[in-house]
Amino acid sequence: MSSKKQKKLTPVQQEYQEFAKAREPKRPVLKNCIRAFLVGGIICTIGQGLMWIFMNYFGFDEKTAGSPTVAVLVFLSVLLTSLGVYDHIAQWAGAGTAVPVTGFANTIASAAIEHRTEGFVLGVGGNMFKIAGPVIVYGVFSAFVVSIVKVVIKMLGGV
Amino acid sequence: MEKFIWAFIIGGLICVIGQLLMDVLKLTPAHAMVTLVVTGAILGGLGWYDPIVKFAGAGASVPISSFGNQLVKGAMQEAERNGLIGVLTGIFEITSAGISAAIIFGFLASLLFRPKG
Repeated sequence: MSSKKQKKLTPVQQEYQEFAKAREPKRPVLKNCIRAFLVGGIICTIGQGLMWIFMNYFGFDEKTAGSPTVAVLVFLSVLLTSLGVYDHIAQWAGAGTAVPVTGFANTIASAAIEHRTEGFVLGVGGNMFKIAGPVIVYGVFSAFVVSIVKVVIKMLGGV
Repeated sequence: MEKFIWAFIIGGLICVIGQLLMDVLKLTPAHAMVTLVVTGAILGGLGWYDPIVKFAGAGASVPISSFGNQLVKGAMQEAERNGLIGVLTGIFEITSAGISAAIIFGFLASLLFRPKG
């Protein structure tokens, strides 16, 4: 809790905050990081294997093999999410399953499945990007700003 | 073969960064992902992300940070052809595969499966 918010609290509330903080379970940071490293690494290695297959058997080159690889990973992730397996792995791996593109697909698929009882247009269609939306919004906007800056610098004849 | 080892190490390290953002800085997963994407876009703009991809292959192109990099790359490709307006028309040029696949398969999954547990 920020110190600004802290000042508005009554002494009793402050005391409670201290009390709650002391009893909050400590996060096993090192253990989480090792798990994230292992699972994240394995997912990226699978991706590398898929890239190798696309490069050697489907005539893609090093630059173009990325897109079909991502598509296959997304498909696998959606499949595992649908079967209820991905969330079990995610609970163990933390950021290891959230950071790769498979985590992005997992948030979309799980939101879509979860909200189907609310109807296919407002439920599935409306909630699909509930969790993945911020990534797209901030990704696109920051990419837009970065690109505009780059284009303008190029136009002015710099760098 | 060496590529596979680097993909494992770099991919794992990027996930550790995500885990640290969540555990140490106490960000929600959504905030951590947004941070990684924006970082990827900035590194892409500086031209520092592609060398990592070249070196680590899928280790750098599978984590979500590469999404930011590819958005910038697509925008810059079009901008080189069409000028400033290309930034708008090209921004999804490379990332189309990931987003389309996620939408299409995600929707199909919602048709075929019911929530578990």
